[in-house]
Amino acid sequence: MSGVAILPLNKPGHNGLPRNAGMPLALDLIDDIRLNFPAAERRIAALPGRRTVKKDAQAAWLLKAITCIDLTTLAGDDTPERVRRLCAKAINPVRPDLLEALGMADRHITTGAVCVYHRFVATAVEALRGSGIPVAAVSTGFPAGLVPHDVKLREIEASVADGAKEIDIVITREYALTQNWQALYDEMRDFRAACGDAHVKAILATGDLKTLRNVAKAAMVCMMAGADFIKTSTGKEAVNATLLVTLAMLRMIRSYQDQTGFKVGFKPAGGISAAKDILNYQILMKEELGREWLEPDLFRIGASSLLADIERQLEHHVTGRYSAFNRHAAG
Amino acid sequence: MSVAHYFDTMDYGPAPESDAEARAWLARHDKGFRHFIGGEWVNGRSHFDTLEPATGKVLAKLSQGSGGDIDAAVKAARKAQAGWARLGGHGRARYLYALARLIQRHARLFAVIESLDNGKTVRETRDLDVPLAARHFYHHAGWAQLQESEFAGYQPVGVVGQVIPWNFPFLMLAWKVAPALAFGNTVVLKPAEFTSLSALLFAELAGQAGLPPGVLNIVTGDGETGAALVKHKDVDKIAFTGSTEVGRIIRRETAGTGKSLTLELGGKSPYIVFDDADIDGAIEGLVDAIWFNQGQVCCAGSRLLVQEGIAESFFARLKARMSKLRVGHPLDKAMDMGAIVDKVQLERIESLVKQGIAEGAICHQSPGAAGDKGFFYPPTLLTNVHPASTVAREEIFGPVLVAMTFRTPDEAVMLANNTRYGLAASVWSETIGLALDIAPKLQAGVVWVNSTNLFDASAGFGGYRESGFGREGGREGACEYLKPVAWAKRKPRGAAKPLPALKAKPGAGVPLIDRTAKLFIGGKQARPDGNYSRPVLSPKGELLGEVGEGNRKDIRNAVAAARGAEAWSKATAHNRAQILYYIAENLSGRRDEFATRIAAMTGARRTAALAEVDAAIKRLFTYGAWADKFEGDIHTPPLRGLALALKEPIGVVGVICPDEAPLLGFISLVAPLIAMGNRVIAVPSERHPLAATDFYTVLETSDVPAGVVNIVTGDRQSLVKTLAEHDDVDALWVFGSDKASADAERLSASNLKRTLVDHGLATDWFDASQAEGPVYLRHATQVKNVWIPYGE
Repeated sequence: MSGVAILPLNKPGHNGLPRNAGMPLALDLIDDIRLNFPAAERRIAALPGRRTVKKDAQAAWLLKAITCIDLTTLAGDDTPERVRRLCAKAINPVRPDLLEALGMADRHITTGAVCVYHRFVATAVEALRGSGIPVAAVSTGFPAGLVPHDVKLREIEASVADGAKEIDIVITREYALTQNWQALYDEMRDFRAACGDAHVKAILATGDLKTLRNVAKAAMVCMMAGADFIKTSTGKEAVNATLLVTLAMLRMIRSYQDQTGFKVGFKPAGGISAAKDILNYQILMKEELGREWLEPDLFRIGASSLLADIERQLEHHVTGRYSAFNRHAAG
Repeated sequence: MSVAHYFDTMDYGPAPESDAEARAWLARHDKGFRHFIGGEWVNGRSHFDTLEPATGKVLAKLSQGSGGDIDAAVKAARKAQAGWARLGGHGRARYLYALARLIQRHARLFAVIESLDNGKTVRETRDLDVPLAARHFYHHAGWAQLQESEFAGYQPVGVVGQVIPWNFPFLMLAWKVAPALAFGNTVVLKPAEFTSLSALLFAELAGQAGLPPGVLNIVTGDGETGAALVKHKDVDKIAFTGSTEVGRIIRRETAGTGKSLTLELGGKSPYIVFDDADIDGAIEGLVDAIWFNQGQVCCAGSRLLVQEGIAESFFARLKARMSKLRVGHPLDKAMDMGAIVDKVQLERIESLVKQGIAEGAICHQSPGAAGDKGFFYPPTLLTNVHPASTVAREEIFGPVLVAMTFRTPDEAVMLANNTRYGLAASVWSETIGLALDIAPKLQAGVVWVNSTNLFDASAGFGGYRESGFGREGGREGACEYLKPVAWAKRKPRGAAKPLPALKAKPGAGVPLIDRTAKLFIGGKQARPDGNYSRPVLSPKGELLGEVGEGNRKDIRNAVAAARGAEAWSKATAHNRAQILYYIAENLSGRRDEFATRIAAMTGARRTAALAEVDAAIKRLFTYGAWADKFEGDIHTPPLRGLALALKEPIGVVGVICPDEAPLLGFISLVAPLIAMGNRVIAVPSERHPLAATDFYTVLETSDVPAGVVNIVTGDRQSLVKTLAEHDDVDALWVFGSDKASADAERLSASNLKRTLVDHGLATDWFDASQAEGPVYLRHATQVKNVWIPYGE
């Protein structure tokens, strides 16, 4: 067994929860992972029929979702001003009159984080100063993750140096596709070490891994190597977050907690743009993992256009009339 | 409650489905619902209340059906039947299609009415009961369309009486009514007294849609009403879904009446989880298995069998899952379970769980319904249960799972089959070889691999053993509402000629060497237990020989031998075919001898006797041919997966042979049974048994394994009784006597044998359309549907 990253991290930044310290790579646990695809499909197909939230509860759940959003811009044409505009939206995600009408004006609703490329970390940190909103940086040769390993580590260190509190790394898909779990474990452990105090989210790129079993095994290896969060997608794969891969990953989080006692967070990303979609993710979190996993320390949503749809739904809840995008501030 | 409250608690909050439309419909009938007879609404002489299980309040008044109401409904159905059949397949297809569309147009009203009346969640009625009901009408509209081409040689049964249960009121209506109407029958339906409303709504809409008067009649009422329907002399068939106890009563009640019968009864279905299963998937499956419809499901996976090595962790994870289940008002759209149908049922569940705990079970329950006044019971897990526990044997029909462990695949099969029932089973394993090896070994009409409680109109549903007989859905279900035209033409056989007096024959010269006909049991020639013999006379009264007087103990021994010959049921179809051909070969070598014997016993001319032997040889060839060709089907239900309709042997079958054609009759009944892998106890023609006793030496020389065919001669009436009462006999075929037919049907109720009897109607054994082919093979097999969803 190679050296294990057991980092002495147990800080308030994780809302008082002990940070995942990882564990030695246990290949027997990986081999034991079984996932029946039709049964998983059935669970997901039945879920919207089994649980729903309406009226005040729905408004509350959507507001909670906002607090979990990693408001994201990851485009080739990003500029500092584009990033500042996004940060301004992160600080004031919902029109004050709507929050007032919902009885939530005093709750300081903000998004969970702002997520950018390394180049804009410093810009975002500056723009968010005083808001308490952390900056997350995608890293390690995002989105394909095929740059040299030492370059990946230097990229992480640079983002942390610029003030990123969260690092979203991408795994080398080859390791998962060839079942080279030792290599994946080693890579992830190095990423975690390079992050230092910054939290690390492991992007599995589930759309590339194809099978739920690959997803589940890769998730488990990343958690063993110390991932604070496991995340579905870069947003750049052909298929991004789905409830089905979410189910597979949540069950692994539960299994890992049974093994180690550590609570690992989950972040779906890519393709979640409708308010009704995010409610299903929240319901799945609550049903599979529990109430704790509905808060931003254990749940993040990688999204850019979701917020605008939630704002419209909130206005509809307040006024009873269907809303329009132009009535809400752009992000 | 405020937004802030929900923001902090992240509770679900209420999500009520509106019942306004349903209440408005009920209000229009506030003077009481009536029967639907001959297209008219007929008021009952008295009424009774139907309750809303979620609140215990009165929901509506229903008419109590009397014997007179049933009689009127049967008359209306009889009057309508010929015209309905004459309409032809396409005409009926149009009506069934219209009914399917009608259900879809009014889907939400049906769903809400059903939820109010039964107490099940609107999620289930909306997503399952009502869409599946529509699917059954669509599917059977298709069978109506194809009837003339696919079921040539069959005709409708006639007027069908149907009695349905309260657990799936509307779905069971669809399962019963759609196939009956599709194939040209007319129907008198008696819904369950707790849950008649969806049937009345359906009748109302069907009437408005122009369904011809009398084709579908609905009479509401209690068990008395159902009994009047079952007893009615002008009903041709009874189809019943309900408890095994009532099923037995109906079996006895209809015995000897000529009514055909299908029974879909109780179960105690195993849910087997191997250590290589997807554990989370299997646990989620249990939610659908036992906490679906409050566990009031005949095929509920109620007996959990977990491989011992994973049991502790499995139970812990199951309990964690149970903590998330929500029980409450069935019209709340975020509930997993609603209310139990009635106080009576709730009390039965409570008392069985108490008994289980008294016998040592450890009880774990989910949080129950908070503050609701209705008939609620929480999801319940009983561990520390053993096969000997009451709760492991009795059907609880509630949300109560009993859990046991096993060590090996063989033990899993043994425990799974350690029940009188045989309705359904689930097998969870990620190893395809294991799962597909276990499925055929389970005594159940439906096996779900890595899944549970999947249903579709294309895949027949029904039980093995005391879970009943007959199938609903698919091609296998179609046969339940049809009868062969050739059989319909059979006429009662006249009274048998009186036995001639025994004529003593003076000895002349050295006697022939005495040949003693023995019984043939377990591959050995055996003397009868009682050591008495009975004479066999020629028509003129000459003594042709003596055969053993078989008694109860001989039957017992023969059944034990047949039970022991299980390898025959697992032999390859090719192997069975070879042996049938070999029997034919060896019989043909003794053609003259058998013809001489037949002629001596029956007085037939030699040419006729030779013709009988030749027909018997030909028939053996026919079944040798069929042995590897009467194959199963692959259904294509709407999912990514297959439902394999396997045709499996029934097991140990008693066969009572007729007096006419003593060799050919015997062969015509035994050959299809053994071709399909059954083991047989044959009672030869009472009057002419020597052809059958000669035949055991043919069997001995034809590689037929010991115990596959057993021959017990003797008194038909007493042997029928012993076979019919024997609980280790799975089926009984009786040809040759109306009295024996009636006895067989009545006495078979103890373990609900599948029976095939001729009711004293004579079969022309030389006419292939009556005497051979798939119609016999169908009775020699039972269909097991193995559902295999797949995907990665």
